Amino acid sequence: MTTATKTKTSAASSAPTQPRLMTGAEIVIEALREQGVDALFGYPGGAVLPIYDALFSAPDISHILVRHEQGAGHAAEGYARSTGKCGVALVTSGPGATNMVTPITDAMMDSIPMVVLCGQVPTHLIGTDAFQECDTVGITRTCSKHNYLVTDVNDLARVMHEAFLIATSGRPGPVVIDIPKDVQFATGAYLGKEGVHKSTYKPQTQPQPDAVAAVVDLIMSATSPVFYTGGGVINSGPRASKLLRELQAVTGIPVTSTLMGLGAFPASHPDWLGMLGMHGSFEANNAMHDCDLMLCVGARFDDRVTGRIDAFSPNSKKVHIDIDASSINKIVRVDVPVIGDCAATLEAILKGLSARKGKRPDLTAWKKQIATWRARDCFAYKNSDTVIKPQHAVQRLYELTKDRETYISTEVGQHQMWAAQFYHFEEPNRWMTSGGLGTMGYGLPAAVGIQVAHPGALVIDIAGEASIQMVMQEFSTAVQHRLPVKVFIMNNEWMGMVRQWQELLHGERYSHSYSESIPDFVKLADALGGYGIRCDDPAELDAKILEMIAHDGPVLFDCRVEKAENCLPMIPSGSAHNEMILGEITGNEVSDAGKKLV
Amino acid sequence: MSDGTSGAPGNPKSAYFLSHADEAVERRTLAVLVDNEPGVLARVVGLFSGRGYNIDSLTVAEVDASQHRSRITIVTQGTPHILEQIEAQLLRIVPVGEVIDITKSKRGIERELALIKVAGTGEVRVEALRIAEIFRARVIDTTNESFIFELTGASDKISQFIDLMRPLGLVEVSRTGVLSIKRGKEQG
Repeated sequence: MTTATKTKTSAASSAPTQPRLMTGAEIVIEALREQGVDALFGYPGGAVLPIYDALFSAPDISHILVRHEQGAGHAAEGYARSTGKCGVALVTSGPGATNMVTPITDAMMDSIPMVVLCGQVPTHLIGTDAFQECDTVGITRTCSKHNYLVTDVNDLARVMHEAFLIATSGRPGPVVIDIPKDVQFATGAYLGKEGVHKSTYKPQTQPQPDAVAAVVDLIMSATSPVFYTGGGVINSGPRASKLLRELQAVTGIPVTSTLMGLGAFPASHPDWLGMLGMHGSFEANNAMHDCDLMLCVGARFDDRVTGRIDAFSPNSKKVHIDIDASSINKIVRVDVPVIGDCAATLEAILKGLSARKGKRPDLTAWKKQIATWRARDCFAYKNSDTVIKPQHAVQRLYELTKDRETYISTEVGQHQMWAAQFYHFEEPNRWMTSGGLGTMGYGLPAAVGIQVAHPGALVIDIAGEASIQMVMQEFSTAVQHRLPVKVFIMNNEWMGMVRQWQELLHGERYSHSYSESIPDFVKLADALGGYGIRCDDPAELDAKILEMIAHDGPVLFDCRVEKAENCLPMIPSGSAHNEMILGEITGNEVSDAGKKLV
Repeated sequence: MSDGTSGAPGNPKSAYFLSHADEAVERRTLAVLVDNEPGVLARVVGLFSGRGYNIDSLTVAEVDASQHRSRITIVTQGTPHILEQIEAQLLRIVPVGEVIDITKSKRGIERELALIKVAGTGEVRVEALRIAEIFRARVIDTTNESFIFELTGASDKISQFIDLMRPLGLVEVSRTGVLSIKRGKEQG
């Protein structure tokens, strides 16, 4: 079994000209160039030095030196999510590769296009437990969309181009290329990307006409329909968001979205229901529960969205549009599956609808019902003039930044949910968060990647004091590369979501969720060469946020917030969409079966 | 919670709940056609272990050297919902080109090869040889005190033969696992 399997590929693209000979390291750089890569996030090391040497003479590809390989991965993700392009990370063998496992898994769960280049020990040392050797392809096999170990330099160019093809097409995801050091040194032929394909890889992008017709039929007769959209709409590109808005305008169907899908539909629209799911809005979850037609577009019925499955939207017909056939009927059985790209499918539905004569049912009664749910004002909280409420902090941040070109990333926990609830998005690709894997430490390196892609934009990582400490060394990366990212830390001294669950599920026994010796973030910012701001007075919040925005450089903002605040509303694990906790947590909300769930 | 009665009053139990407990487990033979590249078997096997699917039997070999195609035959068990997922998840693996459900096609032929070592002298030795003739097993190695039989057939036939050899001095068994192909002139 060798890697030299693609004789047909090279035949398909055989140009009459002589093949260009270069070293493996130069092939990597040339392939990146041909793929349009303008930024790499990486960290050098022994097994990847030849590629770094080739990078030395490639001024057209900027390299952002991170402080830890995990940072490189999340930065590449942030770059990818905010541009729709493929993120690229470059790391060395052994610990370089193992430190990448979390971002690779993160990108896999959230379907983010990413190519990870890893150095590997020379081929003759593979399998000998050599210094900084690990079985990178073995370790990343199940957490990547695909991976390669390149043992022949003449395969390298094809593998590079194939990797970009696989990472960015179909359901996007991370692809890992493990390149032994001797392959980086060896001389081989460069192959252009034209004609490179993988015969067994055939993502289905065009929807099935019968299924589209069935969807149109359902829309034509639905009296209480809802759009449930997800990250797939964002991944499909800006055209998908545009088509979603067009289809919504034609039909008047209200829209809710998963955490990953925020921004595909404008939050200012009167038919926007807000995010759904565990910490979603009362109106979104009730609309999901009571609808007669659920149009799922590019979402995957995640457990954070569905709540209790056997009580999930009991009376609706369900349509599921997904580019990945394995998502269909995985969690929830649907009536009409459509396998295809979101944009292509939405376009086909629009076309199908415009060809239909006849009147659709009036949605007035449904909208009236939604208005009564909306009137419950589920995100209401008791504000204070002595202590900063975290919800208030996000609200002020939103009001003071919404008119700028702003990109938001988050860490994971309460602050992430408050950000999703109180920061509102009008456009796709403006919101970067770790949804599927829930990676604390994602936000700051992601912000670094976003700022690299959008140098003039305002990039804010909404963080918690616990999450930020996981990967906070990347602040130094921002300082080195003059990336003016703003880290807005909502500091409540607790791992807030852990604390909330302990209050809800574990009898208020707060086992190891309180952090003592939290760093002085202002001094820390100073020590790292950035700028620190502290605020604990609601009256000063606006001025200090404006000071943060005005500062031309990276900022750590230590926003001291109410310590015991809970993130509500909430559907506890094991409960249905219409069983939300709205007001206070009493401790009796969760059944014994629910307590066993995550 | 599993009885679906603890929801809000008047909540009907969703008809869409994928209740695995209510579905009967079925046995399926799948032929998985893959690009023969390093790690492809690990990808397929890792999918089954990682997602908690069963493997009863697995065979793999290259079947087209010029195209570098291998055929993996997997016998698995699961509810119809799980079997649907297995097929879809297999197709997500990049080097997997095709998954053929041989059982569902109802036109499958399944065969297995076994090598069976039996030791003994006197009457049991003669009896072993006599039964081997009935099963059309070939003797491919012999000493004064042992035979190695080669037997091809459906899995249950091989199991039956092994059961009969047990009191007659069965020493060791090696089986290939199930191979399969569909009847008729078409491919796949």
